[in-house]
This record gives sequence, C-alpha cells and structure tokens, in this order.
Amino acid sequence: MHSNENVHEGDGLMRKLAWLAIAAIAVIGAGTANAQQTPRKGGTLRMTAPYAASFGSLDPHVTPRAQDDIVGKALQRSLYNWDTAANKLSLELAKSVSVSADGLTYTYKLRDDAFFHNGRKMTADDVIFSFTRIMDGSKGYPGARYVRLIKGAVDVEKGTAKEISGLKKVDDYTLEMTITDRVDPGYYFFGGSTAILPKEEVAKGNYASNPVGLGPFKFKEHIPGSRVVMDRFDKFYKTGQPYLDKLEVLIMAEAAARDVAFRNKEIDTSILGPAQYVAYRADPQLSKGILEVAEMFTRSMHINLNSIKPFQDKRVRQAINYAIDSNLIISRLVKDKAYRATSWLPPSSAAFDKTMKPYPYDPEKAKKLLAEAGFPNGFEFEWTTSQNESWGLPIVEAVIPMLARVGIKAKPKLVEVTVLTEILMKGDHQALIGSSLTGPDSLATLRCYYSKTPRTACNYTGFNNAEFDKLLDAAAQEGDMAKRDEILKKANNLLYDEAPVWFFNYNKAVLAFQPWVHGLQPNPTEITHQYPENIWVDATSPAK
Amino acid sequence: MLLVLGRRLANIIPTMLAVVALVFLLFSVLPGSFISGMNEDGRSTIDPAVMERMRKEMGLDDPLIERFAKYVAATATGDLGISFRTREPVTKMLAGRIWPSLKLVFAAMTFAILVGVTLGFLAALKPGSLIDTAAMVGAISGLSLSQFWFGLMLMYLFALKLQWLPSFGYGDGGLRNLILPAIALGVGPMALLARTTRAAVLDVLNADFVRTARSKGMSERRVVEWHVLRNALVLVITIVGLQFGSLMGQAVVVEKLFAWPGVGSLMVDSVFQRDMPTVQGCILMIVLFFLVINTLVDLAYVVIDPRIRYR
Repeated sequence: MHSNENVHEGDGLMRKLAWLAIAAIAVIGAGTANAQQTPRKGGTLRMTAPYAASFGSLDPHVTPRAQDDIVGKALQRSLYNWDTAANKLSLELAKSVSVSADGLTYTYKLRDDAFFHNGRKMTADDVIFSFTRIMDGSKGYPGARYVRLIKGAVDVEKGTAKEISGLKKVDDYTLEMTITDRVDPGYYFFGGSTAILPKEEVAKGNYASNPVGLGPFKFKEHIPGSRVVMDRFDKFYKTGQPYLDKLEVLIMAEAAARDVAFRNKEIDTSILGPAQYVAYRADPQLSKGILEVAEMFTRSMHINLNSIKPFQDKRVRQAINYAIDSNLIISRLVKDKAYRATSWLPPSSAAFDKTMKPYPYDPEKAKKLLAEAGFPNGFEFEWTTSQNESWGLPIVEAVIPMLARVGIKAKPKLVEVTVLTEILMKGDHQALIGSSLTGPDSLATLRCYYSKTPRTACNYTGFNNAEFDKLLDAAAQEGDMAKRDEILKKANNLLYDEAPVWFFNYNKAVLAFQPWVHGLQPNPTEITHQYPENIWVDATSPAK
Repeated sequence: MLLVLGRRLANIIPTMLAVVALVFLLFSVLPGSFISGMNEDGRSTIDPAVMERMRKEMGLDDPLIERFAKYVAATATGDLGISFRTREPVTKMLAGRIWPSLKLVFAAMTFAILVGVTLGFLAALKPGSLIDTAAMVGAISGLSLSQFWFGLMLMYLFALKLQWLPSFGYGDGGLRNLILPAIALGVGPMALLARTTRAAVLDVLNADFVRTARSKGMSERRVVEWHVLRNALVLVITIVGLQFGSLMGQAVVVEKLFAWPGVGSLMVDSVFQRDMPTVQGCILMIVLFFLVINTLVDLAYVVIDPRIRYR
C-alpha cells in the first residue's frame, strides 16, 4: 500500500538505533544462535508455503504475492536484497555502485561471477532485458511500478519506445541507471517482481513451468497445488553456499494440518497463528524453536475523514484511540502475537521514535475529548471489517463495547477480505480495519497521508494536512539520509497526534522451526521470505 | 443402448451451458475482482494505473453478455481462456490437477462402496442385531462428521500417534499419501451407502418374489445371491452414481486440509482471488465429471436390470 514515489536510506545514528530496537524485540531463537556453529553441508530443508493452496506463478515478474516469493528467494535474485542482520538493503547482483553528484545516475559494477542455472554468466544485458520486459505495457506486470523510476521506462510502457533510455550498458559488467527521483533505488529493486531473468529462457515461452534464475537453488519439480522441489546450484556466487543439497517448499494452507505435520517432523518450518503461538510457547520442546519478528505491517482502523462529520475533528479520532484498551485486546485475543502500535511506522523504521508512547487506555479522557468536540452523547458509525482473526471481526466485536462505554456506537459491516482494498480505494467506508504494509521505505509509507496522494494510490483516510505535506516535501528534498529520517520522524509523530487511524498493532510474525534447522533469518519484510543459502540442517534432520 | 448413450450425451451440452451462465451471473454480482484481490492483506503493491489497464485487458469492464458470448464461443473450441493469476492456459492448469483429483475420488468411492455396501448388507440380513445397530450408529456418525475434523483426527491417529502414514501431501502420488484423504472424503458416501443398502435390501427381502423363492425351497444363500443382490443393486447404484459424481466438488475441504493437488483446491484459491477463467474451468470440469458419471450410471441400470428401458 505504498505510493510509488521517493525513499530514504542511510547508515546514520538513527538507523543504528532503529536496528537496535528491532534486535531487542526480535527474539532470535536457537536456530540463529546455533548459526554460530560451523554449517554442515548437505541435507534437505522442508519449508512451508502457508498463504494459499497453490502458487500463483513461478515466473517472478508475473506475481506480486508473498506466497510465490518464498520459492522466488531460492530460484531468483534481484539487484538488491534485504540484509536481515543489518536490517537494511544491500547490493546483491552488483559488487559496488557509485552515484552521480545530482543523485540521479547510478553506476553499478555487476558481479562477474553470477551464473544462471543454465550455466550462462549474467551480464548488464540481462538487467536491461528484465527491466524492459517488466515495462511491457500490454502485460501489466506488477514490478512496473518500481521500474517506472528509471528514466524512459514509462515510454516503453506506453509503447512509444522500445528501450528504456535511462539504462545504459557500459560494458558487460557495468550498468548505468538514470532515475527520475532522488531516492535509493534499492527499495525499488530488491523484490522478486524485479528479479533478473535470462532472455533465452524467457523466450522459450514456458518460463513459469521451467524457471531458470540466479538463485542458490535450481528448479527440479513443481507439482501444482503440492510442492516445489529445488536442488543446490553449485555455481552460486557466494562461496561455499548454499549448504543444503535440496530445498522443498510444501504448500500447506491449513494451520491445523501444519501443526500435525510439524509435530510429526514432516516439515521443518511452520508459520504460527495466535492459537498455535500460545500452544507452542507453552510446550517445553516446541518453545525452543520459535523465531519472532516485528514485521512491517501495521494493523489499524482507517478512519475516512470525508465520511461523517465527527471524523473530521481530530479530538474525536484521538478519543477513539483513548477509548480502546488495545493492550487488553492484544493479550487476550491476539494472544500477544503482535506489538502495540505507537504510530504508523513500525519499530524497524529508522524514522520510528522509540521515545514515543502509545495512546493509553483512558475512557474518561475520551469522553472529555468527545464533549469538547461537540459530541458529548457520542455518535454512530459503520465499521467495515473482514473475518480475519487478527485484524477483523473478532477484534471489532471486542472494541464495540469499549467504544459504547464512551458513547460511540459502531455498527460492523462484514465483507470478504478480497474486497477490502477496493472499498478503501473507492472510499466506500466510514471506518475500515485492515493490515497495511508499512516498510521498508518509510517515506513512501508516509506518503499515503500526503494530500496529493490520491485515495486510489493509498490515501485511504483522505488525510489532508498542510504541515504534514511540508514535512514530506522537505524529507524528499533532503539528501542527507540521517536528516531525512529526522524529518520523517516528525511527520510520523504528527500522524500520531492527528490520529487518522486507530493505531492497533504491528504484526509479530512467528515461525516455528525444528531443532536441526539453523541459520533462519528474522526478516521483518516477511518472515517466510528466507534467503535459503544461509540455512543449514544438522545431522539429526530426518529428511533425506 | 447406443440410443440411451446418444440422448444422455446430448443432454450434457445444455446442462453445461446453464452452469456456465449461472457461474457468470454469480461472479458478476459478487463484490471484488481479480485486480482488487491482488491487494489482499496489504501484501502487494499494484499500481492503480496498472490495475486499470489489467481490468481493461482482462475484459472485466466489458458488459456481462459480451463476456459470456466470448467465453461460450471459446469454450466450444476447447479454449477455456488464460488464468488471470498465472497467465497460463486454464486447460494446462486443469490438466495437472485432474489425475490427482480422479485418484482421490476413485479411492474415496472404492472405500465407500467396499465398506458401506458390505455394512449395509450385513445389517439388513440381521436386522436388530448388534452388527445392525453398530453399522447404523457408524453410518449416522459418518453422515454427521465434518470432513475437516475427521481428516484432522485421521492425521492425528495414523500419522502422529501410530506413525503409519504421512499426514499430508502428494508424495510420489502413491497409496501411502492417498489413504488418509480418501478415507476422509469417502466417509460421508460410505455412511449414506450403508444406510441406503440396508434399506434397499430390507425392502427386497420383504418383496413377494423373495417370499415365493423361499417358499419353493430355495436356500437363503441363493435367494440373496440371485434375487436380493441384483434387485437391491439398482437403488445402490443410483446413490453410488450421485455420490461419485458430486465427490470431485466435495473434495475441496479434504484437498486443502491434506495439501492434495486436485481441482478442488485450485478452485478455492481461484475463487478467493477472483480468477474467473480458472474458476469457470474448474466448475466445468466438476460438472462434466458429474454428468459423465451419471450417464454411466444410466447405462449401468440397463445392464443390471433389463426391464429398464429409456424411451
């Protein structure tokens, strides 16, 4: 749910503080601790893909889904990746990059040791081919929103040019990229939807059935609706990696079935829901293999400022935040599988202000604010929700009596999760509870509250605040990343005060793993997205 | 016989057309589209301009009648369209799912027939006995069981506790992985068959021609083999046919629970993501299977009971 503009990045003090914050809240289990041992070569890892009963596509350009990128991380590589240990982006397919004085031209020294699974070396031509393919306007590839950053990409999309003018091959391993905004392109080119593919394999026309990439594992088998099996790629560019001989990604959409399979040692990793989280934490054995991380998802109730009169007054919106005992809901209903949200940005953001405290539960203050705003007897609103157990109807049902206590009557309106975004984009809601991607690009995340960002992009609350706009404009102009983060912090704090949402929680993603698995990473962008070259299994693994 | 077959096959076409029309209508009134589904859970970041273009390309803005006409014309040539989700031909996606689905359905039905018909027979031959009571309690329980719960219990017992079978997955497509989902899917039809067989056999046992056979001194075994079995089979085959035909559609829950790669699990994913061409393809496949099985059942009637003639 970002806009497609601007970013920030830096290695300043604030980023380090943010890193420390995330490190403190991420309980890195035995798997990571054991990663200090010498990794063992060989063995099989059986990961699970929990988000659907099938994969959308093994062609990474076609699909934007988290489920598909689980396999994508093994088969494919992009220009950048997310370095979980450092909590920042890092170069993946380039050894170094230099930036021009105006901050718009990036010159990449590409790796000269990256091989596709068909044995051919990657060159600058492959990057140009991949980005040009993504901009094919007749296909609507999801990665187009990122590649559009490159000068001339839009012309290819519109069909007025065949080549992206902002991409220039200097030599086989040197690529010059000119972008249209002063941003860090890393945020744009680290996901699977901008992976680098070999032209000759794509040209065969059956790429999704036989994907050939640059990743640490090569494709072996895909049984649609069941599993993807991959073998170690010996020519992977990271020396000595991957450790595993074989990687299986097993589709298991049912949590209860995953639980049985995990306890039966048929799978090595399993994502946990709230109920299982409680059971696993209580079990002396299972509790040893739990990896937790604050993912970059903020759960909130979007308040449509243009819907009903009370919502236009910030005191009313603050009153809602004071009236709800969020901590109680997180502990009782979400079973502590969430971190209390302070404001919009998650703790992993460099612009997160860790000195800030969440809205306390204070119904008396809520009543006072409502009276000051001219609604001493409260008001009524319609609350759109899905069935989701962590940010849907069960939460709404718990909140309704809390709001009623201060005179606010909420009427729930149940819809299917698939249509939530459509409702938000049309503005067909008074209030709507949902889960929003809030990282890793903090500026793009906050742009969802920029007045010029249309509702269809992500300004779902219809937020319009001149001071906030000014801060975001200043941040976009600021070349010093540490200073930019300081400005964004102010903007995030302003959002806290204006309360265009009920700040509910940040998702705590929980991955259970077997005792023989080592090297898992608490990836805050999506915990199931593991860079599998770092994972190894010890000799006690039962998988052959 | 050929005439019967010809008539039955001719009936398939209007039925399929009606089903396609119904699916089109249902999906046109359902809120949401494939494009909005891509943004589910805030986990994707589709650009609004891209969404608009995709909507146009996928013809989602075209009038329903126009889309329907296009689809029917393409389906008539065997083209089920391109999946919104995977950008692959739906026929190719279905081709990968049909064999696992058929295996599961046939295995479930085999289990249901073997256990259900046997139990029903035994119960009817000794009404009021312990075996009758036990069989009917089992049948009623089987009919009331939720497939999901029963499947989980099977996993718990046979995989986790006894360690006899894998709890989930397709494995190499062999029997070990098939047993548990087949039992979970087959328990409902098994229970229905047990009850139906018992009722049918009891009915025939009380018929005049059975009394005549007994009175002329025929042994009880011959009465059952010659008269009861064959006559009771007509009703049993009707139930087998109906259950068999609908089993592919019923397999949705079991396939998802056991991560079995059949048509049902493909359909569920496609419904949630509003991947219309794939949903239509799956439903067509399920309906076609139902119609084919029912046609075969109609033919089986003629073989079993020569008195049955279709005009």
